[in-house]
Amino acid sequence: MVDFTINEKEQAIIDEIHKEGLVCRKYARYYDVNETEIPPEAFPEAKDFDHIDAMFLDRGEDACGATVFGILALMHRNWGDHLGLRLPVRALGNSSLDAAGTPEQKEKWGNTVLAMANTEPGCGSDSKAIETTAVLDGEEWVLNGEKIFVTTGIRAEGVVVWATLDKSAGRPGIKAFVVMKGTPGMEMSKKEKKLGIRVSDTAAFVLKNCRIPRENLLGLNEEIKKKGGGSFKGLMKTFNLSRPATAAIGLGNVMAARDFVLEALEKEGVPVDWEAGPHKRSAIQQKLIDMEAELEVAILATHRSSWLADQGKSNNLEASISKSKGGDACRVSVKLALEVLGALGMTEDQLVEKWFRDARITDIYEGTGEIQKLIIARQILGYTAADLQ
Amino acid sequence: MITFELTKEQELILKTAKEFASGELKDIARDCDEASQIPKKLLDKAWEMGLANAAVPEAYDGIGMERSAVTSALVYEELGYGCASLTSAIMAPSAFIQPLIDFGTDAQKKKYLPLYGGEKFEPAGLALHEPHYTFDPTDMKTTAEKKGDDWVINGIKRLVPFGSTAHYFLVLANDGSGAGLSNIEAFIVPRDREGLTINTENEKTMGLKAFPLSQLTLKDVTLSAEERLGCENGINGQQLINSIRVANSAICVGLSRAVMETSIPYAKERIAFGKPIATKQAIAFMLADMRTEVESMRWLVWKAASQLDQGVDACKATILAQNYVRKQTVKIADDGVQVFGGHGYIRDFPMEMWLRHALSLTLMEGVVSA
Repeated sequence: MVDFTINEKEQAIIDEIHKEGLVCRKYARYYDVNETEIPPEAFPEAKDFDHIDAMFLDRGEDACGATVFGILALMHRNWGDHLGLRLPVRALGNSSLDAAGTPEQKEKWGNTVLAMANTEPGCGSDSKAIETTAVLDGEEWVLNGEKIFVTTGIRAEGVVVWATLDKSAGRPGIKAFVVMKGTPGMEMSKKEKKLGIRVSDTAAFVLKNCRIPRENLLGLNEEIKKKGGGSFKGLMKTFNLSRPATAAIGLGNVMAARDFVLEALEKEGVPVDWEAGPHKRSAIQQKLIDMEAELEVAILATHRSSWLADQGKSNNLEASISKSKGGDACRVSVKLALEVLGALGMTEDQLVEKWFRDARITDIYEGTGEIQKLIIARQILGYTAADLQ
Repeated sequence: MITFELTKEQELILKTAKEFASGELKDIARDCDEASQIPKKLLDKAWEMGLANAAVPEAYDGIGMERSAVTSALVYEELGYGCASLTSAIMAPSAFIQPLIDFGTDAQKKKYLPLYGGEKFEPAGLALHEPHYTFDPTDMKTTAEKKGDDWVINGIKRLVPFGSTAHYFLVLANDGSGAGLSNIEAFIVPRDREGLTINTENEKTMGLKAFPLSQLTLKDVTLSAEERLGCENGINGQQLINSIRVANSAICVGLSRAVMETSIPYAKERIAFGKPIATKQAIAFMLADMRTEVESMRWLVWKAASQLDQGVDACKATILAQNYVRKQTVKIADDGVQVFGGHGYIRDFPMEMWLRHALSLTLMEGVVSA
């Protein structure tokens, strides 16, 4: 039976996450202004919210699927701020480890924070154009290249580096390697400065004859398949859950902006009348309806793609739809919220301008909105990447 | 629990509606549009299947299927995929029957519902729209005034289904206590009631041409307390209007899906400059948007429908769905014409018809009920 509600226990978790979020907001502006400062591993209030983790273990009867609720919780987590009170022990590289690692590798690095280094100065969404090379020399891989926009790159203990064994082999030649910090030849060259999500550290690395053990190849598969995706498929598989998750992170900002605007209007005596007919609606009211609709569509798309994942069904198309609509909402809805707030909206009196800057990344990272459209188009047309470029 | 899972019964109904749409609606849609007519045979066949009246309880000679807006939304999408115009006609009696089920007293149900349990199509129409450019269901100009035990109705209604043949109309009016959906009253008006003039010449419209629509003029039409839907309790105006908006939006989803599914193979076949036009991003992205938005619209409609089923306030969800669906349906239909280029403009192909349907549907509030 089609349903879009959550049960009481789940609502209680969301409520606690919002309480934690309000504490996060106290620190949000500071780490936005002081971009280069890495927040502590745990804030003083962190212990007040340790109980939330346990609440996830018992969500009662008629609970949502684990992915559906996990992604919903992630969305609400970001309703507070991109900043977390407790340093997450996982990063994107950990997802790659989960998807492509051998059991031994998962045991070895499972509790290590691993960033993921994919993007290069010359390639972003076009990840098959990776230039970083890996050459086997005895029992060691020798890595050379440059990686940018590495999320969590500063805090991470290690980095999953994507490099090619043979550029002429295309995608099948691309493999993932775990490079621990401190390995000679890997140097952090830069901390990136960004429009938003400044609390999230982003680094650039240079790999110069960086030697790592042979067994640091994720999945230990050294063979280059002639056809088919090879490890590249592992990379793409990572994205099928990370796309709705990425959308959810941005949508948390959108929800926050929405709540702020509605509350601000209510306080200033301009409540929203959802019944008013089109000729009686003000331009502001129409903006609010559009803002809410874009947000709602995007939230439902994350539900849909994560629900399919919970059912064990393919969600490749839906993951891209959720990322695409999530990116849309992050651009359109927060902008509409700012427009409704007027001139005060741009001030740092509140966090809405920051949420706009934070949310703007959503349509860019983890595959731009245009890349998502390409994926959707190829899938519905039955086209390969070569057919539709 | 957030879930998109359909019940076994819903899966079955969905399949039946799908088969009906592809078997009975799709092929005759163009001819019906050109002739501005709907075959009686089609109306009877749809009626026989119980598409519009399956929720009439067994106690009133009906099938007694569980009343569900979500199930209705599934059916409307499938039928709308076949033809939005024919769907509106086939389902028009639902906007009389469903409110009776939802708000009628036992006596009213007993009196009227069995009339809609027969084997042959029984027309009925919702009289909602009015001849004002600023028409708004929350603030209708048709008034219902209480005089003693009776009600006196005055006003003009446009785009009323089956004006020439319906025995009864459900006329919506404002009770005079100001704007707002909660101030809507509904009346069961027999066609021969004094003061009711029916212009039996069908309204001429840009789209939905096969769907017979008429104008009703009500001048001091007097109705008894028993002819006020719900008698002394009246109706829940929000629920009634929301059910209509959800149903109409679901038809739009189906129509949009038809545009998308027809545009995709065409774009793959149509060669320009030596390659299918679908290999160009300008076209491929339009198609990707169609696919994305059809899905987006569907979930918005489902959410509003599920709230209707749960009996919670569905106003916001319905307004969000209606607004979004209106915008996207017209865009998709318009893009469909563009993908087809010159052929999109020619009446040999369905695109121009679908654009007319899309505009017509989205300009209306709707005259069928979920």
